[in-house]
Amino acid sequence: MTDLHDIVAEALAAFAGIEDADELERVKARYLGKSGRLTESLKGLGKLTPEARRDAGARINAAKEAIEAALAERREAIALARLEAKLAEESLDVTLPGRRRGRGAIHPVVRTWQRVEAIFRSIGFDVADGPEIETDWYNFTALNNPENHPARSMQDTFYIEDKDSTGLNLLLRTHTSPMQVRYACQHTPPIKVIAPGRTYRVDSDATHSPMFHQVEGLWIDEHISFADLKGVHTDFLRRFFESDDLQVRFRPSFFPFTEPSAEIDMMFPSGPNKGKWLEISGSGQVHPKVVRNFGLDPERYIGFAFGCGLERLTMLRYGIGDLRLFFDGDLRFLRQFA
Amino acid sequence: MQFSERWLRSLVNPPLATGELVHLLTMSGLEVETCVDVAPPFSGVLVGKVIDVEKHPGADRLSVCRVDTGAAAPLSIVCGAPNVAAGMKVPCALVGAKLPGEAPDKPFEIKIAKVRGVESRGMLCSARELGLSDDHSGLLALPDDAEVGRDFRDYYALDDKLITIKLTPNRADCLSLLGVAREVAALTRARLDPPPAPPVAAAIDATLAVSISDPAGCGRFTGRVIRNVDARAPTPAWMKQRLERAGQRSISALVDVTNYVMLELGRPLHVYDLDKLRGGIDVRFGRKGERLTLLNEQSVEVDHTVLCITDDSGPIGLAGAMGGESTKADFATRHVFLESAFFFPDAIAGRARRYNFASDAAFRFERGVDFDNNVAGIERATRLILDICGGEPGPAVDAVARLPERQPVMMRVARAHKVLGVAVPADEMADIFHRLGFPFAREGQGANEVFVVTPPSFRFDIEIEEDLIEEVARVHGFERIPAHPPLAPALMRSQAERERSLHAIRGQLAASDYCEVINYSFTDAAWEADFAANANPIRLLNPIASQLAVMRSTLVGSLVANVAYNVKRKLSRVRVFEIGRTYLRDTSVAEGDREVAGIRQSIRIGAIAYGPALEEQWGVKARRADFFDAKGDLETLLEPARARFAPGHHPAFHPGRTARVVLEGETIGWIGELHPRWQRKYELPSAPVLFELEAAPLMRLRLPQFAEVSKFPPLIRDLAVVLPESVPVQALLEAFERARTAAVREIGLFDIYRGAAVGDGQKSLAFRVVMQDTARTLTDGEADAAVARLTEVLVTKFGAKLRA
Repeated sequence: MTDLHDIVAEALAAFAGIEDADELERVKARYLGKSGRLTESLKGLGKLTPEARRDAGARINAAKEAIEAALAERREAIALARLEAKLAEESLDVTLPGRRRGRGAIHPVVRTWQRVEAIFRSIGFDVADGPEIETDWYNFTALNNPENHPARSMQDTFYIEDKDSTGLNLLLRTHTSPMQVRYACQHTPPIKVIAPGRTYRVDSDATHSPMFHQVEGLWIDEHISFADLKGVHTDFLRRFFESDDLQVRFRPSFFPFTEPSAEIDMMFPSGPNKGKWLEISGSGQVHPKVVRNFGLDPERYIGFAFGCGLERLTMLRYGIGDLRLFFDGDLRFLRQFA
Repeated sequence: MQFSERWLRSLVNPPLATGELVHLLTMSGLEVETCVDVAPPFSGVLVGKVIDVEKHPGADRLSVCRVDTGAAAPLSIVCGAPNVAAGMKVPCALVGAKLPGEAPDKPFEIKIAKVRGVESRGMLCSARELGLSDDHSGLLALPDDAEVGRDFRDYYALDDKLITIKLTPNRADCLSLLGVAREVAALTRARLDPPPAPPVAAAIDATLAVSISDPAGCGRFTGRVIRNVDARAPTPAWMKQRLERAGQRSISALVDVTNYVMLELGRPLHVYDLDKLRGGIDVRFGRKGERLTLLNEQSVEVDHTVLCITDDSGPIGLAGAMGGESTKADFATRHVFLESAFFFPDAIAGRARRYNFASDAAFRFERGVDFDNNVAGIERATRLILDICGGEPGPAVDAVARLPERQPVMMRVARAHKVLGVAVPADEMADIFHRLGFPFAREGQGANEVFVVTPPSFRFDIEIEEDLIEEVARVHGFERIPAHPPLAPALMRSQAERERSLHAIRGQLAASDYCEVINYSFTDAAWEADFAANANPIRLLNPIASQLAVMRSTLVGSLVANVAYNVKRKLSRVRVFEIGRTYLRDTSVAEGDREVAGIRQSIRIGAIAYGPALEEQWGVKARRADFFDAKGDLETLLEPARARFAPGHHPAFHPGRTARVVLEGETIGWIGELHPRWQRKYELPSAPVLFELEAAPLMRLRLPQFAEVSKFPPLIRDLAVVLPESVPVQALLEAFERARTAAVREIGLFDIYRGAAVGDGQKSLAFRVVMQDTARTLTDGEADAAVARLTEVLVTKFGAKLRA
C-alpha cells in the first residue's frame, strides 16, 4: 500500500505535461480506469481485516480525490489554453475604420439662427414667423415709412408683379420687421419676441447678397427703456460670442420705425478683428406711430426693437470671409459645420 | 457728404485732434465713414517759376529749364513734360526732397542727377508724382499768382483730411459745412463762425417779376438780377480746391459759385441766363403735355404732380431738381438771374427718381432745406459772383408765399426719463436745447416739468416728443446711458410636446447624412417650367439677373443645381437638404396673421441623394443610392407617423419611379428619381433621388400612447406567396391590416425573389407574421388559423399562389 503516494505523484507528473484533451483522458484511464492502477489497488482490499480495510479504503479514496482534482485542474487549463488560442485567432485589426452611415450638417447661418433663438428663449422670448412676400403696409407703412419718403431709398426693394388689395405691388420683405408688426398685432403686452428669417434687397456684390437673413427683436411693455435695450443687446452679443470682454457701443442713427434710434457696434477683445468697431445691429425705442399701428396706446406701452444680420454674426463667429459661400451650396464648405 | 477738414475748421475749430473730432461726429449720429489724407506725405517741394526752357542737347524730348525757387540762384532742371513753358509756375522738388514712393516707408528721394550728360538739380512735378491725382499728362500748372518759393504743401493746403460722413435721411441740416459746423459747435461748445453774408447794395434797379401760383409746392422765392458779368472768369483756386475736396468738379465760375454756396450754407441756388428768359417767372405745377429739356439733355414730360419753374415759354426747369437747357447760363452769358427758393419736401420727393436722375438739389429739397436762409444764400452768392465775375447787382427780391409752420413740440421730462431709462437732469436738457439752437420754454415743476420747443427752420425732423427725447439722448451721449437687464416676471415656458420644430427636423435630416443648403428664393424660369410645369411663375419686376427672375414654387430645381455644382467640383456623392418657402399663386389664400392674400407661401422640406448610398469604405459593398434609400430616409423622418405612397406623375420625376406621399389622406409631398430628361439637361452622370414635403404636417406630433407589453411568448410564422409583378406590396399590407386578428402584432416583408423559379412577370414575397396575446400563450392552432386567414386574403383578392 505504500506505493499509493507513488501512484499519486506519478499521475500528477503525467498530467502536467499533457496539452491535448484526448491524451489527458487516455492517461487518466491508466489511473482511474477499469484497469487503472488505483482501481487495481481497490481490488486488494477484500483480503484485509475490516479495520485495515477501512483504513486502506480511506487512503485510496484520498489518493483518488487528489488525482481527480489534478485531472480537473488540467482539463480546465487545457480548455483555457484552447480558448485563448481561439480568441487569438479571432482578433481584429481594431484600428480599421468603423462601418459608417455618415452624417450631414446644419447650415452655418441656421446654426447661428438656432443659437440666437436659444439665447433669447432663455429669458422668455417667443419666436415668430411670417411671410416673405409682403404687402407694402407691413413692410413700410406700418413701420412709419410712407411712400416717397427718402428713407425708402435706404433699401432697394424687390417687387413682384402681383398687387395687394389696395393696388400696390407686393414685395419681398426688405427686413424682418414686418413680422414684429404681425406678431404685435396678434398679441397683448408684454410682447417679447424675436423673428428670424430670410430678407431681400436689390444688392449683389462681395459684401451684399440679394437674399440674406435677419433676426428681429421686440420687447414692448409699460416700462421697457433704451437702457433696457442696451442691457439686453449687450448681454446677447456677449453670450453669442461667449466673451464677457466684448465691447459694445450704441451710437445715434435713424430708422423710420424707432426713435431714439441706435446703430450698435461691437469690438472683440482679441482675435483678427481686435480693436475694430464692427457694425452689428440697428435698434431703437419703437416709434409711437408704430406702437399705435400695433393697436396699442404709445402713452402706456413703450419698448425696443432691433434687427441684426445672421450672416454677419456667423461670419464673425467662425471667421468666414466671403458672404457668397453661404449660398453656393458647396459641400466642402458646408461639411465644416458638421 | 464729403468735405475738407480745413474748410470745416474755418467755421468751427474745437480744440480736438482730427481723430477726436471724427469720433465725436460718429457718436453723435453723423457717422464718419472715411477720413483720409488729401495727399500722401512728401517734403522739399516748393512753388517754382520756369524762367526759360532750352532743348536738351542730347535728347529730343527733354528740355533743360532754369527754375526760380526763390533762392539766390536759379536751378537747372532737366524736364521731359510736354507742357513745360517759360513763365509757368509749377511744384518743384528740390534736391533732398522726399516724394511719395512705391510704399509709405519707401519715399522717392531727389538727388543731383546727370540726365544724358546734363546735370539736373531737382524735379518739376506732375500731380501724379505728388500723389494728388492720376494725372500724368504733364506738369501740374499752378496759377500765375502762386508765390514763388512757398512750400507747396502749404500753398496747396495739403495738410488736410477728406472726411466723408454717412448722413441718415433725417439729418438734411448737415448736408452743408455750416450744418456740420453747427452740430460740432453744439457738441463741443466751440464758437461758430458762419460765413459772412452781408446784404449787397443794389447798383441797378433791374428785377425780374416772379410769381408763385402754387404755394403748396413753392413757399418762397428770392431772386436777383446781376448784369454784365464775365462768365468766362476763372474760378479762384481756393474755391476750386474746396469744391474738389467735396467731390464737385469745377464747371464755370457761375455754376461753381452756386455749388459752393450749396455746400457751404446748404442753400441750393440756380443761375439763369437772363436774356434767355421769356417774361417773368412763375412757379407752378406742370400741365399735361408740357415738356422740357433738362440740363442733362434729358427730355421729360411733366404733369400736375411735378412742380415747375416756368416763364412765358412754358416749363424751364424742374423745381428743386434740375434746371432746363433753354435758359442755362454758359460762357456766353452776360446777364444772370439768381434763384434762391424754398420748395416743400412733399412737392419734390420722388420726382427726380421718377425721371431716373439724381441731383444734389433734389436730394436736399426732398429732405428739407432751411427756409430762412434764402436771402443769406443769395447775398453770399452775389458777393462771390461780383468778386469773381464782376457785374452790377439789382436788388434781392424776396417773395414769400407760405412757409412751413413750426409748431411748438412738447417734451415731458418724466416721459424722457421713462423712455431713456435714465434721469437726465432738466437743467441739462435745457442746456442741450440751447446749444442746438432750439428756442424753448419750461413749464411746470419737478416730475411734471415740460419743455415747449420750437424747431428751428433748418431742422425738418422735430415733430413729436420722441424727436426731442432723441436729441436729448444724442447730445447727452448714448455712451452715458446705462445698460441694464430689464426686470420682468420669471414666468416659465415650455415647448409644446405635440409640436416638432423645423430645427428638430433639420437635426434629423443631418443625422440621416444630408447637409443643409440655403438657396435663393428666386430662380430661373426654366427650372419652374421643368421641375414644376409652372408656365406662369410669380415674376420679380426688378430681378438682379434673368436667371433669378421668378419666385420658386418648388425646391427641386435648386437642389438639382446644388448637385450639379458639386459634381462639377469632382464630388461623387452629394446629399443635401433645404428647408424654405415656396411661392405659388392661390386665390384660396386669404389675408391672415401669417398670410398675404393670393399667394401660398408654404415652407417645404426638400432633400436630394446622388451617388453612392454610403461613402466609399472598406466594409460595405459600393452601390448607388436608389429610390428606396431616399424613401427610407423619408420614412425615418416621418416617424412615428406612417405615410402611404401612391404612384403618380410629377414633372420632375421618372414616371415609373415616383410617388405621392400621403399622410392621413392628405398629399404632403412627392418622392422620385429625377426624370432622365432632366438628368441629361442638367448634366448629371446618374439620376439622383429627391423628396419634397410640406413642412407643416411634419411639425405635428402625437403624444406617445402606452399599450400593455405582453408577458407571453410570441409565435412567428412565415408566409411566402407568388404574385404578379403588378400587385403593389402596399395593397397587400393594407389588406392584411383589414384582415388581421387582434393577436397579429406585426406583419413584415422580409424577402422578395424574382427569377426562373417563379416565372416571368411574377415575384415571390415572404412575410413574417408575429403573433402574441397579452392575456395568455397562443396555441399553434390559433397561430395557424390566423395565418391561414391572411393567406386566404392574398389568394382570393390578389390571385396569389402559395410557395412551399
